[in-house]
Amino acid sequence: MTTAIGRPIDRVDGPAKVTGAGRYSADVPLPGLVHAVVVGSRIPAGRIISIDTRAAEQANGVLAVLTHLNLPKGGSVPPLVPSLAGAAATGQTFFPMQDEVIHYAGQHVAVVVAETLEQAEHAATLLRIDYAAAPFVTTVEQGREQAYEARRIFGGFLPGRVERGDVDAGLAEAAVTVDLGYRYAANHHNPIECSATTAVWQGDRLTVYDATQGPNATLHTLAELLNVMPSHIRVVTDFVGGSFGCKAMIWDHPALAALAARHVGRPVRLALSREQMFSSVGHREQQEQQLTLGADAQGRLTAVRHHKLSPTSHFDDWAEPSLGVASQLYACPNYQGVYRLIRANTMTPTFTRCPGEASGMFALETALDELAERLGLDPLEIRLRNYAETTPGDGTPWSSKKLRECYRRGAELAGWDRRDPRVGALRDGDTLLGWGMATSAYPCYQPGNPQRARARLYADGSAVVQASISDIGTGSATAMTQVAADGLGVQLERVRFQYGDSDLPNTAAAVGSAGAGMVSAAVHVATTALRDQLIAQALADPGSPLHGADPRQVTVAEGRMALRERPDVGETYAALLQRAFMADAEAVGTWNPPPDTSGGSMTFGAQFAQVAVDPDLGLVRVRRLIGVFDAGRILNRKTAHSQLMGGMIWGMSHALLEGTRMGPDGRWANASLGEYLVPVNADAPEVVVETVESTDTVVNPLGVKGVGEVGMVGTAAAIANAIHHATGKRLHRLPITIEDLL
Amino acid sequence: MERGEKGTTQNMRSISYSRVADVATAIATVTADPDAAYLAGGTTKVDMLRIYAEPSQRLVDINDLPINHIELQPDGAVRLGALARMNDVAMSPIVAQRYPLLAEALVLGASAQLRNMASMGGNMLQRTRCSYFRDHEAACNKRVPGSGCSALTGVNRGHAVLGTSEHCIAAHPSDAAVALSALDAVIHVQNRDGHHAYAIDDFFLAPEDTPEREHPLQHGDLITAIEIPPLPMARDSLYLKVRDRESYEFALVSVALALRVEGGAVAEVRMALGGVATKPWRARRAEHALLGRPATHEHFLHAAREETADAVPRSMNGFKIELARRTMVRALETVTARGGTP
Ligand SMILES: Cc1cc2nc3c(=O)[nH]c(=O)nc-3n(C[C@H](O)[C@H](O)[C@H](O)COP(=O)(O)OP(=O)(O)OC[C@H]3O[C@@H](n4cnc5c(N)ncnc54)[C@H](O)[C@@H]3O)c2cc1C
Ligand code: SF4
Repeated sequence: MTTAIGRPIDRVDGPAKVTGAGRYSADVPLPGLVHAVVVGSRIPAGRIISIDTRAAEQANGVLAVLTHLNLPKGGSVPPLVPSLAGAAATGQTFFPMQDEVIHYAGQHVAVVVAETLEQAEHAATLLRIDYAAAPFVTTVEQGREQAYEARRIFGGFLPGRVERGDVDAGLAEAAVTVDLGYRYAANHHNPIECSATTAVWQGDRLTVYDATQGPNATLHTLAELLNVMPSHIRVVTDFVGGSFGCKAMIWDHPALAALAARHVGRPVRLALSREQMFSSVGHREQQEQQLTLGADAQGRLTAVRHHKLSPTSHFDDWAEPSLGVASQLYACPNYQGVYRLIRANTMTPTFTRCPGEASGMFALETALDELAERLGLDPLEIRLRNYAETTPGDGTPWSSKKLRECYRRGAELAGWDRRDPRVGALRDGDTLLGWGMATSAYPCYQPGNPQRARARLYADGSAVVQASISDIGTGSATAMTQVAADGLGVQLERVRFQYGDSDLPNTAAAVGSAGAGMVSAAVHVATTALRDQLIAQALADPGSPLHGADPRQVTVAEGRMALRERPDVGETYAALLQRAFMADAEAVGTWNPPPDTSGGSMTFGAQFAQVAVDPDLGLVRVRRLIGVFDAGRILNRKTAHSQLMGGMIWGMSHALLEGTRMGPDGRWANASLGEYLVPVNADAPEVVVETVESTDTVVNPLGVKGVGEVGMVGTAAAIANAIHHATGKRLHRLPITIEDLL
Repeated sequence: MERGEKGTTQNMRSISYSRVADVATAIATVTADPDAAYLAGGTTKVDMLRIYAEPSQRLVDINDLPINHIELQPDGAVRLGALARMNDVAMSPIVAQRYPLLAEALVLGASAQLRNMASMGGNMLQRTRCSYFRDHEAACNKRVPGSGCSALTGVNRGHAVLGTSEHCIAAHPSDAAVALSALDAVIHVQNRDGHHAYAIDDFFLAPEDTPEREHPLQHGDLITAIEIPPLPMARDSLYLKVRDRESYEFALVSVALALRVEGGAVAEVRMALGGVATKPWRARRAEHALLGRPATHEHFLHAAREETADAVPRSMNGFKIELARRTMVRALETVTARGGTP
């Protein structure tokens, strides 16, 4: 029955992207379009004493200069709820330009609207803003003393403290313990497309073209921020040039664009600059983690204590859930995880690919290596000894878990058993080589609301299948086309998947690696419903060769219904519809997600890294990365492997390159792609990606566990462990740079 | 930035563009207008205009001037026209055979696309990558003299440890200029009054208390060529560039080195450093310490220590001193191990 699913089909949107025909949110041509530029605060804390807008207002082409003094009033700021819930999803519970108070550097303090982008940019330089600066805190170092334990984090989704068993007792009975402090630089997302919104009003109806992971998230957030009925808003997202989490929540710029458009009575485009992307759409917070592991003489964990300290904004208690997966991965009866926060003059941090999993697992997976070393165990062996056969919390079975197979296959590909495990034993001339490994895991989150899709089959046998979801570059539109083709039983070429529009059937935002699972579920339900409907019609139609047949005996392939045992008995969808004078047939499918499965359902993986270290110059270069994953059903081998490979390369980048540095002036000091380093092609090693066969009947109808993020989890730890194997150095901070190895 | 008078309309800053075909017209056009500037590949200039780091200007495109040749002179010197592109120079057999250190410095710089656009003359005049220099909201003596230096107490991991002052610690960004400095290149300049030649060491200025002055050129001076004297031993030379990522990044430390070892001792040596100094840094102290001494690890290390003896670390860049020493030693050992001129 599945002929399209799994195949490495080329992207359906590929030609439009590579030829430039694809229109991104800042490309949409509209008659009368004008341009808005936001201006950010120079200081991180204090107040605006005065804004002199006269020169800007008089500049050529300028239509409006909006500040806290004249910004039209809108609605109210909704609570911070992750966009996977399917409702309004503001990135922070603060909306700028309501008063003169400054909470963070880069906070939007003015919007300049002009006929051309250049005129708006120029006028923005003419604003004279006087500030009264106040003392501020922007780093862990500055705020350590005033840290507090969070009651809840992550938009209120997660508790600030999680305990099971008795961690002190577990540590007391341990034969070996390690107690390690970890430090992490802040990170920014840096997708190739900067966030942008084009807003146009027709009377009291608003259409916005927004670069977002969730057109509906934009819609509901705008409805509240602007106090406009959701029915009067339409959000269109044809193409998104990557996100990595910075477009997962809805920040203030779409609303500012809409307010500006209403104010000047023209369509307005507001595109953030690369520099503004560092202070407008959230970040992964700087953080410290303290991890204590206790194990018995056989290496079985008796206790895990994992504490995190990080700055959040003045508005929200946000910390990425660094302790989550690391608390659920291994069988350990005694656990304590605590989040401590610092009120800081930054924006509310946000989802950044592998929010928490990447940082928390870096700590756990390098600490486990240290534990293994103390016990004289192979790193892979200690992981197998702590293999959680059921979920560590309440012992419920995993929805599916083929992690052992991942370890086995990964070790085989890496030649793990054949390596010389002694530190510094592997060399290539003066270069030290090292192998390291780590476990990957990422929870299967579920959306908070029903997911819907609509399927329509035309009388010629071609089909349109619709859902509101945007494709942020992951290939989901391609995968959904495959799912739809199989659900209907028609050829791939006959299906068009339409997406990226809030007017289409509702889906939550494509975040948390949940997009493929939840949307494929809706598409599957809709298309199989339509198939069943058409089969039923044939069975009831005296003119059909299938009249009166048993519906369970009917299969559909290439648009033709036939009896399983007698394939010669049957007819095409097209024949059925044409005979009935029906131009088309349609069905809507609704998938009701199961309650939260993130505790007992995960994508798993095993990663192996080989590094080459130049010990004199402190240079680390990754030579090989091997990742083997249990991601449930793979919808498209090509795009899924690209996701996993991209994740692994990002993991390498997290390990060795990426870090946003806070300057003493309370501003990000390297807010550009020249200074914030991401890997170039020359840095990319040989990457081997495999997936293992895995069936999951719990997460969603097709058993899709998600590949969007897990590739990044564990990579940094595997690399750090490999650096230790090469050099004997244990490094407990990210990124690991030259100065750490000199 | 200018401010509109009440009641008048603010025009956007205008950037005009013209193209000239001969050297005399180019010089006359730019000299006559204090707002004019030469435009070569534009890979630095256009950035500066975009970020408002340089004032409104009339751009005079000089790409049609006949100063883009790469020529071997009768006396064995090589003359690089100011408009020769970085890639063309790197790929030219004349350069690649005689001065591998320069070819390597060029290839390790920027990206292939940039190197196809960027000219040698423009390369000499590229501006520092200090992020505060490029951030018009930050204090920066180089951009606004007297406003202060944000890098002294700021994020200064990439900044210089040699040739700094309390007014500026920005590292000079050019790789090519480091190799040219080791080669004793001469910068040829033309202006209304005639022709001037600057030894490369005199061309680049340390910041002292005028960090805004990076070279001795006056408004309207046109670089016409860079001349490299013959240096047979440079046939065995290298450019070693150390950075966080493999490509497309400026140097944390770089070493340009030409070395001739005879009978186990250093017979000739030219060395210059990049990434660690406020100007392309000729390592004269190290050269002095090496000359005539045995080509051994101990002597290399001693010379490297000599060169960095006066280095001044700041909060985040102290590691560069040790890294510079090790990179010098690595370069010296690498060339020595190759066994001299092939
Ligand atoms: C992303 C990026 C990465 C880079 N990485 C590196 C690197 O790793 N290593 C490195 O060395 N460089 C690097 N560069 C810098 C690059 O090499 C320079 O931008 C380039 O060499 C400048 O040459 P151009 O012809 O484009 O100069 P332009 O931008 O046209 O001009 C630069 C300046 O020189 C003046 N000028 C140009 N020609 C003349 C002349 N003949 N006489 C007098 N004045 C003149 C112009 O008026 C202007 O002020 C990088 C640049 C970028 C943008
Ligand atoms: S180091 Fe130089 S360029 Fe950088 S801020 Fe200081 S004065 Fe400006």
